[in-house]
Amino acid sequence: MKLAYWMYAGPAHIGTLRIASSFKNVHAIMHAPLGDDYFNVMRSMLSRERDFTPVTASVVDRNVLARGSQEKVVDNITRKDREEQPDLIVLTPTCTSSILQEDLQNFVERAQLDAEGDVMLADVNHYRVNELQAADRTLQQIVEYYLKKAAKKGELPEGKTEKPSVNIIGITTLGFHNNHDATELRRLMGMLGIEVNALIPEGASVQALKNLPRAWFNLVPYREVGPATARYLEENFDMPSVDITPMGIVETARCIRAIQKILNAHGVDVDYESFIDDQTRFASQAAWFSRSIDCQNLTGKRCVVFGDSTHAAAITKVLAREMGIRVVMAGSYCKYDTDWFTEQVRDHCDEVFISEDNGAIADKIAQLEPAAIFGTQMERHVGKRLNIPCGVIAAPIHVQNFPVGYRPFLGYEGANQLVDLIYNSFTLGMEDHLLEIFGGHDTKEVITKTMSADSDLSWSKDGLTELNRIPGFVRGKVKRNTEKFARERGVSEITAEVLYAAKEAVGA
Amino acid sequence: MTVANTPALEFECDTGNYHTFCPISCVAWLYQKIEDSFFLVIGTKTCGYFLQNAMGVMIFAEPRYAMAELEEGDISAKLNDYAELKRLCEQIKRDRNPSVIVWIGTCTTEIIKMDLEGLAPRLESEIGVPIVVARANGLDYAFTQGEDTVLAAMAHRCPTEAPKTEAEKEERNAITKLLNFGRKQEDVAQEESEYVDHPPLVLFGSVPDPVVTQITLELKRQGIKVSGWLPAKRYTELPVIAEGTYVAGINPFLSRTASTLMRRRKCKLIGAPFPIGPDGTRAWVEKICSVFGIEPKGLEEREAKIWESLEDYVKLIRGKSVYFMGDNLLEISLARFLVRCGMTVPEIGIPYMDKRYQAAELALLAKTCEEMGVPTPKITEKPDNYNQIQRILEIQPDLVITGMAHANPLEARGISTKWSVEFTFAQIHGFSNARDVLELVTRPLRRNENLKDLGWDKLVKEEATV
Repeated sequence: MKLAYWMYAGPAHIGTLRIASSFKNVHAIMHAPLGDDYFNVMRSMLSRERDFTPVTASVVDRNVLARGSQEKVVDNITRKDREEQPDLIVLTPTCTSSILQEDLQNFVERAQLDAEGDVMLADVNHYRVNELQAADRTLQQIVEYYLKKAAKKGELPEGKTEKPSVNIIGITTLGFHNNHDATELRRLMGMLGIEVNALIPEGASVQALKNLPRAWFNLVPYREVGPATARYLEENFDMPSVDITPMGIVETARCIRAIQKILNAHGVDVDYESFIDDQTRFASQAAWFSRSIDCQNLTGKRCVVFGDSTHAAAITKVLAREMGIRVVMAGSYCKYDTDWFTEQVRDHCDEVFISEDNGAIADKIAQLEPAAIFGTQMERHVGKRLNIPCGVIAAPIHVQNFPVGYRPFLGYEGANQLVDLIYNSFTLGMEDHLLEIFGGHDTKEVITKTMSADSDLSWSKDGLTELNRIPGFVRGKVKRNTEKFARERGVSEITAEVLYAAKEAVGA
Repeated sequence: MTVANTPALEFECDTGNYHTFCPISCVAWLYQKIEDSFFLVIGTKTCGYFLQNAMGVMIFAEPRYAMAELEEGDISAKLNDYAELKRLCEQIKRDRNPSVIVWIGTCTTEIIKMDLEGLAPRLESEIGVPIVVARANGLDYAFTQGEDTVLAAMAHRCPTEAPKTEAEKEERNAITKLLNFGRKQEDVAQEESEYVDHPPLVLFGSVPDPVVTQITLELKRQGIKVSGWLPAKRYTELPVIAEGTYVAGINPFLSRTASTLMRRRKCKLIGAPFPIGPDGTRAWVEKICSVFGIEPKGLEEREAKIWESLEDYVKLIRGKSVYFMGDNLLEISLARFLVRCGMTVPEIGIPYMDKRYQAAELALLAKTCEEMGVPTPKITEKPDNYNQIQRILEIQPDLVITGMAHANPLEARGISTKWSVEFTFAQIHGFSNARDVLELVTRPLRRNENLKDLGWDKLVKEEATV
């Protein structure tokens, strides 16, 4: 048992659901008790989905506990198959089904006999993997399923596309800025003259997965979701892959050079050097920003970075290498990926810290007293408490991290966005600091003086207690209304009763 | 009152495939209500992730609740439950020093049959902190029923008589303390005479402190003294409950607590509609008065006055229809209030329908429909969300009260929605808060009024399948 107040990565089934609901016309059925379908709430609220989230539960209740799911799971699968005609139904185990040890694979096989669409059991174990690992695994599982199916039917398309092409692997629903990153990557590929053969899983159809081997190579922008699929394609279809995250100017260039190498090995002669140079020096603002006076002022400022492997590693490199900012600690909650992360950031920070314990990270930040933090929503709140500004660079995230405007983190536009994010965090910190030195905005007191009139009424103790329970931002209004009410009625002492009578009379 | 009095209502039971919050969510409001408590949810990452996401920012305020996250070793019984819980509870005692630790049992503890009720008394005597066990799990309960399981467990801990030590002369009970705050003993004695002589009355249900004050004052106007509330502000202030104490529920989802109070504590339950809306509040107060043989004073005028002040909101919804998908058990009371406001209700979904505990409320609903001349709603227990959405798309109600999972997709299809969970967190009880309920209900309609000329009602391309 572990005492836990907060967690960075969710349970395994969330990862599976993120993959399933990213695909078009794929439905997930969770084998779970009532209330475990809050994934639908997250998806509907965080990413403001217009469509119903294609996830339902086959509810585990007392009866199931006593007698087993029996026909229930099979019925739910065939019912959903009838109602919505999905291409694929993914039966998703949860922590509950992990312990019940029902033969879910058997249910899937039985349901498959009646269902028009395909049915599969997600191969994830709640107690062994987390959300990210499960997402990576499920994506690979679905890809493998459809490639094997096509091979069996002899429907695997022959050969490669005519022009150089790429599969972009790992863009998911509820992923941090993933939809903007997808647009930016498509743009980048367009500028490089590379066709996007497929982008999975977001918005993709499972029926089209058989075309994956037609691409010349795979691009896996994120470390957390996609590598397993790329590995599978490499082993079985001899497809090379690029797993350099194009985040920041230097890494984007490195990613493009890796692509160049692959294409040239395929016999097309491409040279992207002039493109990289042009984008770096003129199209993007990031390189110029590094030279500008603003960025000079950031030299040697201390900051802390914490997040998932991909973002924490990339941002650490951007801060240290491209802006001359000192990263006193770089950390990740992807414990299972410790070696890779350490290897990536070792040379760019003073200390590497891998932990899933938000308390330990908060303590660390408090000790180090950085000028800015780049972390998750949790670090943002730590920053609030310690009065240190924070830029959010990784999940877990809130609804404000699903902006409507175009905010990629990848590619050349992503580099611009990063500049704004980083610079704004620091200037705010500086402004705060200056205000403190000069004693804050001195106009505040004068304004409040003119606003509050001295009261001729007395408040009883219980009246005051009730008044103080009213949220601060409306308290002033309630106080004024109550006093007006009391004055009109000639009440001299305001008690709790008077306060509520006034509330009823005024209707506020 | 029995169900036989309400022949007009039609009850149905569907598949139970609906969206609601897990009952462990009750810790989010109960830990704030009971200030000296600590809630320990014994479950998995799934439970923790739910609390973290559903409770949003509250999690960052150093909450007095935590997960005892079960690992593989706990499931396979490689680790000793007692030793593990002892380690965690000692840590909680050291760090937070609560007056009570509430263990919330989850689906996982049910399935692996962890004997929490057996472990608690042993550990309690060993570490010297009371441990209350509530099995608020998704196998058995929905959303607000979590509070019911906690309060039912707390009911066992209420003292049977007030402790009579010297120190106790100083008032202990939270409400009396609040009402008598800073007054001299003789004033208090004088105040006592404002009350009619009646047997002790304890109210049950967790409501925010301002609502406690309002409701207490409401009954005081009738000369009725509230001896205590279950729960009180602090665990150490749980009300005295003796045999023959009268109890009344303030929320419709407290049927276990009610039966525990009746059967185990030998209390007398006052079955009344719930004090939601001015009609409900009046009926609730009247029922309590009638039990104590008191002639209610000025209630009718008071209700009329509240209705008058609500008119600007009521006219927005009069004649409109509202559909409850059902997820928090407040549905019957809210529907009854909205019918009185002039709305029609084609269907009330509800997770669980205790026809005995809600008998008076159901009767008032049927009566209200009759008086307003509208058809009685169909009440669907354990609804099936998929079927409901088909019906919603067909009948196109003016407002759907639903969970977050369906709200945005319905809005995109031009159907106005109100998020149901807001009703559990807003102050909705008593005369004064009737306006707050309508504030919530009319918000989407007022929004529609503001945007009506834009012509962007439907924001999905084709009628996508659900």
